[in-house]
Amino acid sequence: MKIFATYNIKGGVGKTTAAVNLAYLSAADGCRTLLWDLDPQGAASFLFRIKPRVKGGGKALIRGTKTLDDAIKGTDFDHLDLLPADFTYRNMDLLLDDAGARPTRKLARLLKPLAAEYDHVFLDCPPSISLVSENVMHAADVLLVPLIPTTLSVRTLDQLTEFVAGFSGRRPQVWAFFSMVDRRKKLHQEITRDLATERTGVAANPIPALSMIERMSVERAPVTAFAPRSVAARAYRALWAEVQQDPKP
Amino acid sequence: MTANGLWDFVADTTAEDSDLTAVRSALSQAFTVREEPGAAGSGTHRRTWLDTFDWRLYKAGLTLHFEQARRGGRLVLSKADGTPQAEQPVTRWPRRPGLAQDLPPGPVRDRIAVLTSPRALLPIVKAVSTVSVTRLLNADGKTVARLVTDHVTVNAPTGDTGGGTTAELPPRLAVAEVRGYPGQARKAMILLSGVPGVSHASQSVFTAALTALGRHPADYTSSVEAEITATMPAPVAVARLLLRLLDTLELNVDGVLRDIDTEFLHDLRVAVRRTRSAIKLLGAVLPADLVEHFKVEFKWLGDMTTPVRDLDVHLLGFDALTEQLVAASPADLEPLRAFLVRRRAREFRRLAAALRGPRFRAITDDWRKALLEIRDVDGPRRRRPSAVALALSTTGRSFRRIVAQGGAITTDSPPESLHDLRKRAKELRYLLEFFAPLHDPVAYRKVVSDLKQLQDCLGEFQDSEVQRHEIRDMADAMLAEGAAPAATLLAMGEIAAKLALSQTEARTEFAARFARFAGPAGRERVRVLLEGRS
Repeated sequence: MKIFATYNIKGGVGKTTAAVNLAYLSAADGCRTLLWDLDPQGAASFLFRIKPRVKGGGKALIRGTKTLDDAIKGTDFDHLDLLPADFTYRNMDLLLDDAGARPTRKLARLLKPLAAEYDHVFLDCPPSISLVSENVMHAADVLLVPLIPTTLSVRTLDQLTEFVAGFSGRRPQVWAFFSMVDRRKKLHQEITRDLATERTGVAANPIPALSMIERMSVERAPVTAFAPRSVAARAYRALWAEVQQDPKP
Repeated sequence: MTANGLWDFVADTTAEDSDLTAVRSALSQAFTVREEPGAAGSGTHRRTWLDTFDWRLYKAGLTLHFEQARRGGRLVLSKADGTPQAEQPVTRWPRRPGLAQDLPPGPVRDRIAVLTSPRALLPIVKAVSTVSVTRLLNADGKTVARLVTDHVTVNAPTGDTGGGTTAELPPRLAVAEVRGYPGQARKAMILLSGVPGVSHASQSVFTAALTALGRHPADYTSSVEAEITATMPAPVAVARLLLRLLDTLELNVDGVLRDIDTEFLHDLRVAVRRTRSAIKLLGAVLPADLVEHFKVEFKWLGDMTTPVRDLDVHLLGFDALTEQLVAASPADLEPLRAFLVRRRAREFRRLAAALRGPRFRAITDDWRKALLEIRDVDGPRRRRPSAVALALSTTGRSFRRIVAQGGAITTDSPPESLHDLRKRAKELRYLLEFFAPLHDPVAYRKVVSDLKQLQDCLGEFQDSEVQRHEIRDMADAMLAEGAAPAATLLAMGEIAAKLALSQTEARTEFAARFARFAGPAGRERVRVLLEGRS
């Protein structure tokens, strides 16, 4: 089981749309895939038309009175399941902190029993830097970091890379990709082009800012499913193909 | 609910409602009903169920089907309730019925090879399924369950019973659960159960297909099982018995001619042998001229089938034979195998010509006509003897004859005396089987068990001798053909020595086996069978 996590400290940068589309593409490849919507706002759950509610809330999951397995819902798509968001996830930091020894590894421990059932797990994280995000970084094999092509986001990526490098033992592979790229903006063009060639771990395939991606909230489905031939779907497919490989040296 | 989270139903619909309007309308009370073209599992699926002619898989509580895919396919072995047991990919299923041991290695072959051997797997039913999937959506437009509709057309493969007939099964419906929404699937199931004409599927597709094609599982058995009663006039009972044997004989002809497996000929020969014994032992209640004529005809038929069967026996036991070699190597015997195969091909051509010829057709047609006449017209006019009187007198006489003949055998008696006793034992066995419905089952089983042990011993004795002579004859024939390397002849000599040893062992065992059968306890068991406990 390989765990991918979409993470960025900032909100509104395309984490959820990436998680939803890449999870859909993984399932369409025939891989048994689970998407865990960890964001209390429940956007990924909404996009799959699944109620953002878990019986017993985050507390039951973290304390283990309910297994992740019991809370999983099937989406409309083959091989793709979703662990819905719950509003109580807003307190997940506190719950994790109460979870006993090594609180930063709790999510990894919770996911372990699913290894036989899924090939890929996607974690869609809330925007923050917290105990939840630290848990996610320890659980993930691949950290997918959407970046708006600005100088400040590049700085954030540096900070994240440094933070992960400080982990003792197992570290996730960091894959940054440009998101919401506006081709009319010169700065976007420059940063996208330069950074992808200069730095390792930056995907060559960006996700453009497209109204078709925004339409996902109207269609309530991955763009890769409802408009598989669109530019947006093609961009996600190219990114999915790239992030399944090891980053270039 | 099955393991896949499916609840199965059958819709007894009219042709006008082939799109299941009533079902859709019932489900729309709680769901938005939407087609899902291209859904997983939808489309056309072809399946062929396989079993041996004598239903060995079915009798072992198993079903086997071949699922055809665009490239190749897979064999799926399941329990009768549909629980999967094993599956293995196969590139194709041959048009010609094949033996399980000829399949590529895999879990299905491992499970069925011994069970089915030496019988071939025949296509029993072919089904073409057209599966469509309908999504059941909740108020958010989320799929919360699926309705899977399967329109199945079945046919019996040509060349088998009911060959070429086609039937359409009532559509099968299944509610598939979406993970995390068990309540919604239950709701759909309750709505479905309320639709007139829709009911829970009580039969598997396989069983429903057999019913639709006018067949039922295990509709072939080589055992006698004649429908006779104690009070029936004896000629009627004998005619019924002989008609049943004729049915068995005729059912096997096609398999013999297509050379599907060796057991068609074996069952045909057993039916002929039983017929000859019945004519000999019970023929007194039939018209004398009929008996005289068919005695000759069935002897001809039996003799016609002997050479191929003898060669089959050698070939079937060939591997076991080579495993017994101590001095020679199994490879030494390969020229013998090649010789047997060649000779069988030649003898088979003769047999096939006879079975396709006018004499055989005349035997079966005239025999059936005569027996039907006795069963339905002449027989019922005669009240005596009754079937049970005939059973008791013939069985008792047969037993007494064995006791007398066997009792006279000493260690100095020639082999022929044992061969002769074997024939008498076989006759008694047939009489017991013919009249089995008239006997107490417990007493019957006890006598048959004793007799079987005696027969096994006598069989071992005679078969060893016959095979030893045959090996000598084959060695002569191979030498004459120039097809006998010295190593092969030496290996055949070793086999002949083994057979002589088996024969000596059987002879040593004979006294004890006969004593068990014909001694006081054995006689008492036969008395209980014939006279009852009182």
